[in-house]
Amino acid sequence: MSLRNYFHSMEPHFEKGGKYEKYYPIFEMVETIFFTSNTVTKVAPHARSFVDMKRVMTYVVISTIPCVLWALYNTGLQTNSALVTLGIESQLGWRISLLQFIGLGISPESLVSNIFHGLLYFLPIYLTTLIAGGICEVTFATIRGHEVNEGFLVSSMLFALTLPASTPLWQVALGIAFGVVVGKEVFGGTGKNFLNPALTGRAFLYFAYPAYMSGDSIWTPVDGYSGATSLGIAAAEGYESLSNYGITWADAFFGTIQGSLGETSTLACAIGLVFLLLTKIANYRMVVGCLLGMIIFSSFLNWVGSDTNPMFSMPWYWHLVIGSYAFGLVFMVTEPVSGSHTNLGRYIYGALIGFMVVMIRVLNPAFPEGMMLAILFGNIFAPLIDHFVVMANIKRRTKFNVQTQ
Amino acid sequence: MSQTRKQLLTDPLVDNNPITLQVLGICSALAVTSSLNVAFVMSLAVIAVCGFSSLFISFLRHYIPNSIRIIVQMVIIASLVILVDQIIKAYAYEISKTLSVFVGLIITNCIVMGRAEAFAMKNKPFESFVDGVGNGLGYSLLLMSVGVIRELFGSGSLFGIMIFEPVSNGGWYVPNGLLLLPPSAFFIIGFIIWGVRTWKKSQVEAREYKIQTLEEH
Repeated sequence: MSLRNYFHSMEPHFEKGGKYEKYYPIFEMVETIFFTSNTVTKVAPHARSFVDMKRVMTYVVISTIPCVLWALYNTGLQTNSALVTLGIESQLGWRISLLQFIGLGISPESLVSNIFHGLLYFLPIYLTTLIAGGICEVTFATIRGHEVNEGFLVSSMLFALTLPASTPLWQVALGIAFGVVVGKEVFGGTGKNFLNPALTGRAFLYFAYPAYMSGDSIWTPVDGYSGATSLGIAAAEGYESLSNYGITWADAFFGTIQGSLGETSTLACAIGLVFLLLTKIANYRMVVGCLLGMIIFSSFLNWVGSDTNPMFSMPWYWHLVIGSYAFGLVFMVTEPVSGSHTNLGRYIYGALIGFMVVMIRVLNPAFPEGMMLAILFGNIFAPLIDHFVVMANIKRRTKFNVQTQ
Repeated sequence: MSQTRKQLLTDPLVDNNPITLQVLGICSALAVTSSLNVAFVMSLAVIAVCGFSSLFISFLRHYIPNSIRIIVQMVIIASLVILVDQIIKAYAYEISKTLSVFVGLIITNCIVMGRAEAFAMKNKPFESFVDGVGNGLGYSLLLMSVGVIRELFGSGSLFGIMIFEPVSNGGWYVPNGLLLLPPSAFFIIGFIIWGVRTWKKSQVEAREYKIQTLEEH
């Protein structure tokens, strides 16, 4: 019996009146992994689009591949380098034992060793995200009787990529559960959330466990290895002194610096962005708005200058490459559900986020990194921006009518 | 009297809880629940003020001119709050410093005012007193529930006694810093309301609108 026939023979049990009616969402989820869904999308977020939601979400996952690959390599590279500097003997853990057992060893020069070591960090985090978030997702789908959504694959991938490699797995599980439940399911599921679920989970961890997440101390998962992230250094001593720590602009652009798993390489994010723009999943207006907001406001602060705060003098091309600006710009700002829905609104929404990032990074002494909070801030304002854009349009059209009558 | 006195006391605990059903008095619930000691003293203060203000307002209800009734109610509530504030300062000075302005703000707590206006103005003194205490208890029940979650998971203790030994003291528990911040009380109250309304379906409000699907167009 072919797989298709097998699903067909199973289907009546799960449909209305069938024995396992309650578990239809789970059946649907498994079936649509293998076959195209029979139903078309009926409700938000893609009621008027020519591609169905599954394809949109799949494209977003594909666009993260450069970031994932870089995350594997760079996490391994940073960890291996730190281990070589500190000496491996003091750090024996299961990862190192495994690497030595299969003969790869700890060597920052070896591509395979780096990628494999990175994989040993990325994979547990990603699997935990999938399992913990998946349990929440399936539970809600079953109780509420809606479909298990592919949007979850995107949220889980993005969430995993925003985490530092050193995050304990229980925190990963807690964060994604919070993100899925509070960021999405309480509002009715995919397409009805007003906050980005992955970022909601990330923000939860950020405030709940600041010692692990706050972005001013280093995230390489090696005991006894400490220091400041590039944003931390820039905030304390000015961006010029980054070169004293061996960080050039090119390093930050290609991503051979410490940071959260997927955020270090601006180049990898840019490749993802090109893919998203070509497939028209991401709206270019938000990207343009966000870039302009950041460039104009940071240039303005360069011009104002400050004797006491070295961040004032950081030029826009540094803002672009360090921290999570590029990652957030490509994968979070462009998210269609929680962003603005009008074209003019998209520019304003993007610009607001670009402005807030620089605002938080430069003027707020409490947080070195501002991208996550800026995007959540933008999410909250998106409906309001849309409202004013729509009202302005109505007002303009009404005036126009009065004149012509 | 359609309700018995016992119902007056127990109804506001779950079925007609001032916080979960009417969503009143949220502001102080956010501010004072990060430690149980403080939440407990606050609860006692609100029970006392709510009960006695209802009692006195009910005594005076035939003499209060309708046009200035809110002013009279406020005077009575304010006097009681000052009394409670002084007692807390005298006997629990440390806690009074943490509570700071929030005891004074019981005056503006919608629950106290609401019971005076909605119940005490129309009912006999003893019933009013029981109703006031009942609503105070309903408020306290929620305050203590939120307090237990926030203090237990936020600092690993209950009433200041260590339950989960935090990592900083050599234990195993990593305290959740979010729970010490006031916004966490929003989430917890939200979750509690969610739970209560799942349990008691009659408390669910009617939907204001429904998202249409294409088939319904």
